[in-house]
Amino acid sequence: MRIVVCIKQVPDAKDVRLDPVTNTLSREGVKSVINPYDRHAMEEGVRLKELYGGTVTVVSMGPPQAQAILREAISCGVDDAILVSDRAFAGADTLATTYTLSQAIKKTGEVDLVLCGKQATDGDTAQVGPGLAVRLGMPYVTCVKKITGVKGQVLSVERMMDDGYDEVEVDLPALLTVVKEINVPRFPSIRGLRKAKAFDIPSYTAADIDADPDQLGLGGSPTWVVKVFPPEAKGDRTMLEGSLDEIVEKLAEILSDSAHGA
Amino acid sequence: MLIIDTEACIGCGLCEDNCPFDAIHVEDGKAVVNDSCTLCGTCVDHCEVEALSIARDEKEGIDLAAWSGIWVYAEYRNGKVAQVTNELLGVGTDLAAQRGVELAAVLLCGEAGDIPQQLIAAGAHKVYVVEDPALTNFTDDSYGNAMEDLANKYKPEVILAGATAIGRSFIPRVATSLKTGLTADCTDLAIGEDGHLHQTRPAFGGNIMATIMCPKHRPQMSTVRPMVMKANIPDANRQGEVISEAIAPERLKSRARVVRSVLSEGEQLNLSEADVVVSGGRGLDNPEGFKLVEELASLLDGAVGATRAAVDSGWIGYPHQVGQTGKTVASKLYVACGISGAIQHVIGMKSSETIVAINRDPKAAIFDVADYGVVGDLFEILPRVIEKLKERRS
Amino acid sequence: MDHFLTEDQQMIVDLARQITDELVIPNRARYDETEEYPLDIVEALAKSDFFALFVPVEYGGLGGGCYDLVLALEQIGRGCVGIATAYAASALGAYPIVVGGSHELKSKYLPDIATGKKRAAFALTESNAGSDAGGIQTTAVLDGDEWVLNGTKQWITNGGQAHLYTVIAITDPSKGARGASMFVVEADDPGFSCGPKEKKMGIRCSATTELIFRDCRIPKDRMIGRQGTGFITVMKTLDKSRPGIASLGIGLAQAAVDESVTYAKGRYQFGKPIIAFQAVQHMLADMAIETEAARALVYVAARHIDAHPKDMSKASAMCKVKATDVAMKVTVDAVQVLAGYGYMREYPVEKMMRDAKILQIYEGTNQIQRNVVGQELNKEYT
Repeated sequence: MRIVVCIKQVPDAKDVRLDPVTNTLSREGVKSVINPYDRHAMEEGVRLKELYGGTVTVVSMGPPQAQAILREAISCGVDDAILVSDRAFAGADTLATTYTLSQAIKKTGEVDLVLCGKQATDGDTAQVGPGLAVRLGMPYVTCVKKITGVKGQVLSVERMMDDGYDEVEVDLPALLTVVKEINVPRFPSIRGLRKAKAFDIPSYTAADIDADPDQLGLGGSPTWVVKVFPPEAKGDRTMLEGSLDEIVEKLAEILSDSAHGA
Repeated sequence: MLIIDTEACIGCGLCEDNCPFDAIHVEDGKAVVNDSCTLCGTCVDHCEVEALSIARDEKEGIDLAAWSGIWVYAEYRNGKVAQVTNELLGVGTDLAAQRGVELAAVLLCGEAGDIPQQLIAAGAHKVYVVEDPALTNFTDDSYGNAMEDLANKYKPEVILAGATAIGRSFIPRVATSLKTGLTADCTDLAIGEDGHLHQTRPAFGGNIMATIMCPKHRPQMSTVRPMVMKANIPDANRQGEVISEAIAPERLKSRARVVRSVLSEGEQLNLSEADVVVSGGRGLDNPEGFKLVEELASLLDGAVGATRAAVDSGWIGYPHQVGQTGKTVASKLYVACGISGAIQHVIGMKSSETIVAINRDPKAAIFDVADYGVVGDLFEILPRVIEKLKERRS
Repeated sequence: MDHFLTEDQQMIVDLARQITDELVIPNRARYDETEEYPLDIVEALAKSDFFALFVPVEYGGLGGGCYDLVLALEQIGRGCVGIATAYAASALGAYPIVVGGSHELKSKYLPDIATGKKRAAFALTESNAGSDAGGIQTTAVLDGDEWVLNGTKQWITNGGQAHLYTVIAITDPSKGARGASMFVVEADDPGFSCGPKEKKMGIRCSATTELIFRDCRIPKDRMIGRQGTGFITVMKTLDKSRPGIASLGIGLAQAAVDESVTYAKGRYQFGKPIIAFQAVQHMLADMAIETEAARALVYVAARHIDAHPKDMSKASAMCKVKATDVAMKVTVDAVQVLAGYGYMREYPVEKMMRDAKILQIYEGTNQIQRNVVGQELNKEYT
């Protein structure tokens, strides 16, 4: 089975916070990491490879710094890594991103299974997986929490729904987006780290993937971000003050009244 | 791309200070942009000497006038219309009025029964109904193709769907097939003076809000967060038109098949619908600290919520997580204990009626959304409040 | 302090640290409480090649030296000595095959140990044979093409969790120390069984059981090395493994220092953090000095052993004594710095103190180690 896993470099959510003075994102000491959901996609790819044979290739679209996460992917057991990087990709929304990724994946050859994280923690759109499947002409299943088996060209999976889960069979080649429940990602290995250190990561440009320039980056993006602003604060709050006993008394009253009124 | 007029640029650094993405820096007295730029325009707004501008290719767009009407995807599964559908018909009513167009619901199902009437009662002027056994179970292929074909036939200017498991799964497929824009998980929708749909959503991990438009493509598509928009009061006397549609059978064939649906409602934590939620965050320090939250919640007959930090620390399970990547709650009373108020959490609870926050840091952002704030040590305050409440109970 | 590690060594340290911080530390209290074998963590270590680290390259391992293993074990020991013991026991169990086994025996067992598919255990101690290995009563008698083992081993780490056991037994009672031989016993060999898990003061998650041999029959070719070389193999094995115990000691001592300093900075009494009081400050300083000194000795000993594999006894014994005595002292002091909190199970230092004690006991008590050092000195000054 030839498996491609799409991964994205995102700021570590633990570190991101809003600076209350400037109202901008404080980025001091914010590390860049593999999107947490993508880790689970990677792990599932490596597990499938261990079970059924084949290869796992990770693909990431991003700036040259995204090489770091591709190296980390190699250290965690994937066989091959490709960076898709070109200034022409900047400003891409999900439609332009799925076009770019699909061109890159087609360039790598025939694929049996594409795995993506459910969503990326910096954008939280959950749109790239399904969009990419459409671009690749593949069926897809989102929010997969378990792959239960492969029979010939049919994959059995369980997908999370709001009211439980569905058991679904999907024809290969297919794309799956996965949720965190699907597995526990492994740590890097010593061999993997040694391989990653020496690994020469190829970088595909717009020309390399035979991309139509009109469908790339900002120009290929139908959605425009027109405004970015901090979330509004509530104006009229009451701070409870006084001695500890006074505060506790008032607080108990507020809680009891509000809960009672509810 | 971002155009920097190096003649005009005075290297003041306002752009650098305000960029949410660390994408612009002053080097040798001039602003320089890097690959992290998302063209959000924050720097353009802050530049006092008009040295920055965003150049977009003014490509020939489609004929926008050919697309008209507001559509709501009516989510129907296991005999129930999702609550978010009523909320979408609520906001859709306003949008349709502002645009002076019709509001339609699209129902894809095996058997419609009286659902179209319910949708009309909830605000739809028209209901497009596709009844087909192939649509009994949700699959992305069949639902996506049906929606795409209807959109191509009737050309609505806006398509809204709930940001639910189903909506977030197949709506991106429709948008990609229609080669149009889609904005995920919107928390605010409005028609601008320009006549376009202004879609606002939390971005960048929920730390900032972004307003997004789709000015040159149609339909304008959004998935919308449940529990955010207000539904209309159902009116059984409201009149509307039901239009039956048939989709070509080959378009309803799916390469993915549902073998079995397993409902687990009983196991699900009804956090989203709780009237009282007591939540804990990192400030509780450890699982023992978190027990105070659980005790307070049980005294107030409420549900227990948690921040991502508390869930990641293993103090409580993921079903209790409130926020961007967890549940959205709109409780009557929300008590935030030891929660700093990172916006990814706030986004999931700020619609609560009364918010009480307890935190030792007087500058904690949680106080910005609170109605009542207490600055102090949780481990001093909570046990006493619990005692007090027990006294009141007895 | 900077020990000028190579890039590859630093990488091993960083990976071991990551696994310790993200997997070992968050789970150590639970494993201490439930006394369950930490299988998930052992498997994670295996996936990350930590079992390959101590296996030679030609048998599917990474051929890491003593120093590499010391660096890895120091980190894991910083998280939990119990979990680290569950891991290190496989190295100890595999060493007899590495140091004394034939090519066939190595080819048969080492590759599976390297992947973590099979875990090993080392079986020396008996009720009448601990420090004095001469008291061994387990026997092995050749019957046709099979050895038949009888006897009982005691306090065997990884008992019941290992897939193969390297066992010393008497093959010729008339020859004393030269009458002992080592064998590989597989967990499902007929006549072999493990007793119930012992209840211990510390390292509670690591499995410790009796091994019972009742007419346990194994093929002839399971003997490690030649007949009568059992004691030599045991001595070589322990010389090789002791720096590993020493590294658990420095990891544990470091963890106790970290907890103590953090606590002393945050704990206020009389309006000041207690680190501001000289009585506390000097305790912390001594803890840190001793830990650094022990670490330096362990690292030097490991490098010496890697460079001079035939001359390891003294270096190995010295670093084991120093590092584990330091671990004991520093963890006791850590409980004192945290005082009432330190005595509570809610804080990790009481567990550290309980765990430290075994380090002075197992793989040769520190008294026996001093004998080794003394004997080596005696030889050197002739």
